[in-house]
Parts: sequence; structure tokens; C-alpha cells
Amino acid sequence: MTQQRNSGSLGSRLPQLTYRVWKVWRRNFEVFLKTWHVNFLPSLFEPILYLAAFGFGLGALITGGVEGGSYLQFIGPGLIAISVMYGSFFECTYASFVRMYFQKTFDAIIATPVSVDEVIAGELLWGATRATINATIVLGVIAAFGLVSSPLFLLVPVLAFFGGLLFAALAMCFTAVAPDIDFFNFPTFLFITPMFLLSGTFFPLSLVPDALQAVAFGVLPLTHVVNLTRELLIGKIEPFLGLSSELLLGLSIVWIAVVTLVFFVLAINLMKRRLIK
Amino acid sequence: MNSSEVLIKATGLTKKYDDFTAVDSIDFEVYKGECVGFLGPNGAGKTTTVRMIYCFLPLTEGTLTVAGMDVSTQARQIKAMVGVSPQDDNLDPDFTVIKNLQVYARYFDIPKDEATKRATELLKFFQLEEKRDVSINALSGGMKRRLIMARALINEPRILLLDEPTTGLDPQGRHIVWDEIRSLRKQGVTIILTTHYMDEAAALCDRILIIENGKIIETGTPQELIRKHVGEDVLEVEYDEAVVEILKAELPDAEVEVFGEQVRVFIKQPRGVFERVVKKFPGKNLTIRNANLEDVFLKLTGRKLKE
Repeated sequence: MTQQRNSGSLGSRLPQLTYRVWKVWRRNFEVFLKTWHVNFLPSLFEPILYLAAFGFGLGALITGGVEGGSYLQFIGPGLIAISVMYGSFFECTYASFVRMYFQKTFDAIIATPVSVDEVIAGELLWGATRATINATIVLGVIAAFGLVSSPLFLLVPVLAFFGGLLFAALAMCFTAVAPDIDFFNFPTFLFITPMFLLSGTFFPLSLVPDALQAVAFGVLPLTHVVNLTRELLIGKIEPFLGLSSELLLGLSIVWIAVVTLVFFVLAINLMKRRLIK
Repeated sequence: MNSSEVLIKATGLTKKYDDFTAVDSIDFEVYKGECVGFLGPNGAGKTTTVRMIYCFLPLTEGTLTVAGMDVSTQARQIKAMVGVSPQDDNLDPDFTVIKNLQVYARYFDIPKDEATKRATELLKFFQLEEKRDVSINALSGGMKRRLIMARALINEPRILLLDEPTTGLDPQGRHIVWDEIRSLRKQGVTIILTTHYMDEAAALCDRILIIENGKIIETGTPQELIRKHVGEDVLEVEYDEAVVEILKAELPDAEVEVFGEQVRVFIKQPRGVFERVVKKFPGKNLTIRNANLEDVFLKLTGRKLKE
């Protein structure tokens, strides 16, 4: 808050963070532990339901398999990536909004040596953590179904954390401008639902028209998380958009890194503008 | 008080929002160990001033130092030594009473054992021991208010900011809070208290700043303010044109003011002067009482309200 007076310069817009970020993270973690059973069950049962519906139901119709494996094997990484997206996006929209607006938890913390930058950064890291927890549970379910074929699957939690941070940062930008809690219906049906369906989650992107492929790869964050998760789980992704598998994976890593960084900084600045008048 | 250490010093302190000036170039000092009241109607600028003191809001103009440190550059150090009891209830509903204090202590880098020790003592002081492991939602308004004050003390602050500590409380809850504030004063905590209750300011504060429209319009001890602006006694009587005429004729030195349906006469002479007049108004609900801060406040701000 010390840099309010010259908030025009770039330096002042970069978050000033210390170890205190973890105190905010820990507050959320402790609340989560208190109600862990309510938090764990949906992440556990949702993928089982999806696997049952798509595996036994829809999957039975897809006799030739997908991209050289079974249909279930194909959607496994998609389900993990969706759990990453849901975990952090809903944490940093609805849950953060409740803490900010109804509980005034942020105001209470900002009156201590913890700064507003650190409060928001702590929320974002917590959102990423929620994504990691969810993804790890879903990974367990998918492994139990025998749908993992690469040892790299051990890296899924790491990917989930960074993918989670990406969705957390995007979510927090919506939270910073949300006039009320119903506002989140808009990003949910305009942004989250299209991604749920069109990011290479339930069918290969190579099947859709080129223009849609380009949109999915260019602007839908989930596409990149799905790509990388699929690589970690089954060791290969099929080329699309005329690009090789290696190039697609490399671009996905860069895409996530750049967009996460930009929106992390933007989210903190937008929240600061909202909270400190 | 003037000989002691200045803990808070504001010079030309200003806070503007677009075309609205919430705090308009005010100057004040708060000395170590005193209890200062910011008294004023809603929207006067009391809370905005308090929020600038604990570095929550940036200043638009002027300077503000707390313990010699500039709020614009040393926010972290200042916040470490200030305790804040905000107007809104922002206790953490996800935690129990004791956990609220422990988690808050962590934000100040207080180790866990020390935090629990202090939390236990504070719950005792604020008579909340029995509620130790209860959810926040199970507390009454008065208990929440006391827990917020307990939380404000967890970092053993040198300065305690109490923003409308009794607004919305029932009379009993109010008096419990008053007793606790008095007890903190005795322990030497420097307190800034905002209120729009005159009796509260008179009962608790060593010194009062009356704030209106973002400006400090008067400063002094409650007694000084009463004597200066009102005098010892006030005569109140139902409004009637004839009554006003008689009062003015009988008491040429007194100030006769009409507040709605009531006439008030402020007189700086002893009460005896009134005795002559009393007999002239049978059945007019006439009372004579001690002057209080409310009279001062209405005198200073009431005229503007009538315009």
C-alpha cells in the first residue's frame, strides 16, 4: 500500500510479496481441513460418475478407440484437467468473493502487517492448491481404473498446481470486477462451460474445423492443461493444427507460463483497486 | 497531556474521492496514554481518518505520522503496533472464538504458544472464556464486539483504534464495553474512539475532536467544551412563541434557541437564575438539567442542519 501515490509506474504495479503470503494460504488451508470430508467427496465421486457414463455408456459406442487407445484412456487426462479448472476457478470466484464481500476477511487481514498484495497472492496460491488436491484425487481414481500408462503421471500434481494458478488468476480478475455474486454465472457459462466441452477433453481437437482448433489452442487455457496432462498420463498427444506433438507441448508450457504471469499481476492490481479506495 | 510524547500527528490531512472531500485538511495530535474521541454525525469523516491512521487508505494530501513513522512509507511497521476494532463485524466465521484470535496472531508473527496464552488472557478480560470453542455465529452482537476488541489487542498494540465500538449494542452490552475501554485506559493504552454518541464520548474520552463535513470544528475536554459553549445548566421547555418572548425578556444574558418543538436556554450563571422563570410556565413540561456534550454538539452543528 505504500506505493499508492505513484501507482502509474510499472514498478509500483508489480506485487510486493513476502513470506506472509503463506499466512493467508494457511488460513484457507485450515478452513479446508476442518471440512475436508465435504471437500473431498465431490472430487472423488465426480470422475467415477464421468468414467461410468462415458466408459460404459458412450465408450461402448466407440468401438475403434481414440488415438490408438481406449476412449476411457483418452478422457482420463481430460477429467483431471477439468478438476484443475473447477478447483481453482470456483475457489477464486465464489469462495474468494464470499471472503472478500460477505465475511470481509480481506479487510481484517489488511489491518495487520500483511499487505493487500499478499492477501490476494495467498488466495491465488490457495486456489492453485485446491486444484492440486482435486487433480490428485482424480488421478488416483483414474489410476485405479488402470488408465495410466506413463511413469510421468507422478508430475501431474506439479502441472495441476501451475494450471491451477492460471485459472485462479483468471478467476480473481472476475472477482475484482464482480458487482455481486450472481455475476459469476457469466464467466461460468461463457468461459468455463465452452472450455469443459471444447478443449480436447472428450474428443480429439483434430476432429473439429481448423478455425475452432485455432481458437481452442489460442485462447482456451484448458486446452493447454489437457495437452500436458495427456502427455504425462499416456506419454503421447496426437498432432493437430498442423503442428508436431513436441511443438504443441512446448507451446502449451510457454502459453501457461506467460498467461499465468500476466494475469497474476493483473489480478492483484485489479483487487487492490477494488479494496483500497 | 501536552508535555507527553506525540504518538499520532496529522498535518493538512486530506482524503478526496473524485469531487467529494471526505477529510478536509485536518490537523491534530494524539498524545501517549490519552483517550481521544472523534465525535461527529455519520459521514463526517471519522472512519476515513481512522482508516488512514492504520494505513488502510492512502492519503490524498497532507502528512500523517504514527510513532514518528510516515503512513505512506512504513505501513508494515505501523500496522504491527496498532490494534484495530473496525465498525463492521469482520470476524472469521469459519473459525471458533479462540481460533479467530490464534489465526489473527499469526498475521503478526506471534508464535503459537504465545498467541494461545494471550488469547486466553484476552478472553478472560472480555468475559468470553465460556465461549472459547464456540462458533462465531453463536455469539450475540455484544460478544462479537468484545471479541473484535480482544482481537485488536492480540499484538499488544501501543495504539488502539475503536471505530464505533458500541453502535448497535443494547444498553447492557454498551456498558460492558465501556467498562472494558476504561480498564484499558487505566493500563495506559492510547485509544482513539469514534462515536456519534455524545454520552459515550463524555464518559470515556480525555479529549474530544468534533468532526463535521471532514473538518475538525472544535477540540477540548468534555468539560471545557460544555463550559465554553453551553454553560452549567440548560432549561428546556415546550415551544410556544409567547414562551420565547418571556424567556428573552426575563433572561437577557442567556442564549435562547429553538430546536424543533423545544426551546432550550443556555445560561452561564448558576441554576438559581432559572428559578424565577420556572413559575411562569405551569404545564409546559419545563425541566432544568446539567448541560452535556449533546448540547455542545447541537449548538455547533444544529444550525447547519436547520438551513
